[in-house]
Amino acid sequence: MNAIATAVVAEQFDDIEQQHSAAKLGMWIFLATEVMFFGGLFLAYTVYRFTYGHVFALASRHLDDVFGGVNTAVLLFSSLLMALAVRAAELGRRKQLVRLLLATALFGVLFMTIKAFEYRKDFVEHLVPRFDFRWDGPDAANAELFFWIYFALTGLHAIHVTVGIALILVLALLASAGKFSQNFMPVEITGLYWHFVDIVWVFLFPLLYLAGHR
Amino acid sequence: MTTSPPKLYWKTFVALAVLLAITWSVSYVDLGSFNLIFALGIAVAKAILIMLFFMHIRGSSRLLHFVAAAGVLWLLILLSLVLGDYMTR
Repeated sequence: MNAIATAVVAEQFDDIEQQHSAAKLGMWIFLATEVMFFGGLFLAYTVYRFTYGHVFALASRHLDDVFGGVNTAVLLFSSLLMALAVRAAELGRRKQLVRLLLATALFGVLFMTIKAFEYRKDFVEHLVPRFDFRWDGPDAANAELFFWIYFALTGLHAIHVTVGIALILVLALLASAGKFSQNFMPVEITGLYWHFVDIVWVFLFPLLYLAGHR
Repeated sequence: MTTSPPKLYWKTFVALAVLLAITWSVSYVDLGSFNLIFALGIAVAKAILIMLFFMHIRGSSRLLHFVAAAGVLWLLILLSLVLGDYMTR
């Protein structure tokens, strides 16, 4: 038996179209559960911002919007590269696919590097809850609450980015070994995940960084 | 064929970058409570662009549209019921 020929359409599917739809459906259902996973934290953010709006705005001003803004651009660009990678996979352009996947991962790493520098700055400025957190003015406990939510949301997001980078690097390895000559679905499915992580950040940026400029 | 020509992806990216520039600069203007509404509006627009073009919701099956909408709908149920409680106390 030819291994590649059997790998293209699994036994339980009528044809490749049906297999593709099933894979995409599964990923979208997973992403819907991810919406709820982040949703709990977004709910906490909403309730506390509603309750302590003033101090949330003050606390938000302590975050550096240059870090957040540049990172938004980095992630949006990596999404573009990923979308182009999915296209390269579908067209069977192996070299282009490998290069685009590596470039996507590189921008993911750039995002994480910028995030690390930002976390370091937060630490130096005593903005990390429980780690010598300092707050000038009233409502210190509620300001600390903002930073709990900030670290929980960006931390959970950073874990997702890290998982995404790892997946994309594995794809790049497999692609360079020529595994996707007839089946590009793993690239498309990973792409969906990567774009989802991008969307989460699209909401985190205004909610965390732009909450209290004025 | 699920993917689109590269030009469409580039256009989507440019639109996203422009929206980012708008939301970032408008955050420096005091619009009162409209700042939040505006920022969320832009974020929703960006999310829709990413889903339509990068995630190929445009041109995919009705079933996927339902699943994508369901994720958002359940989040809205969560937020609106809890806020309904907090805002009426």
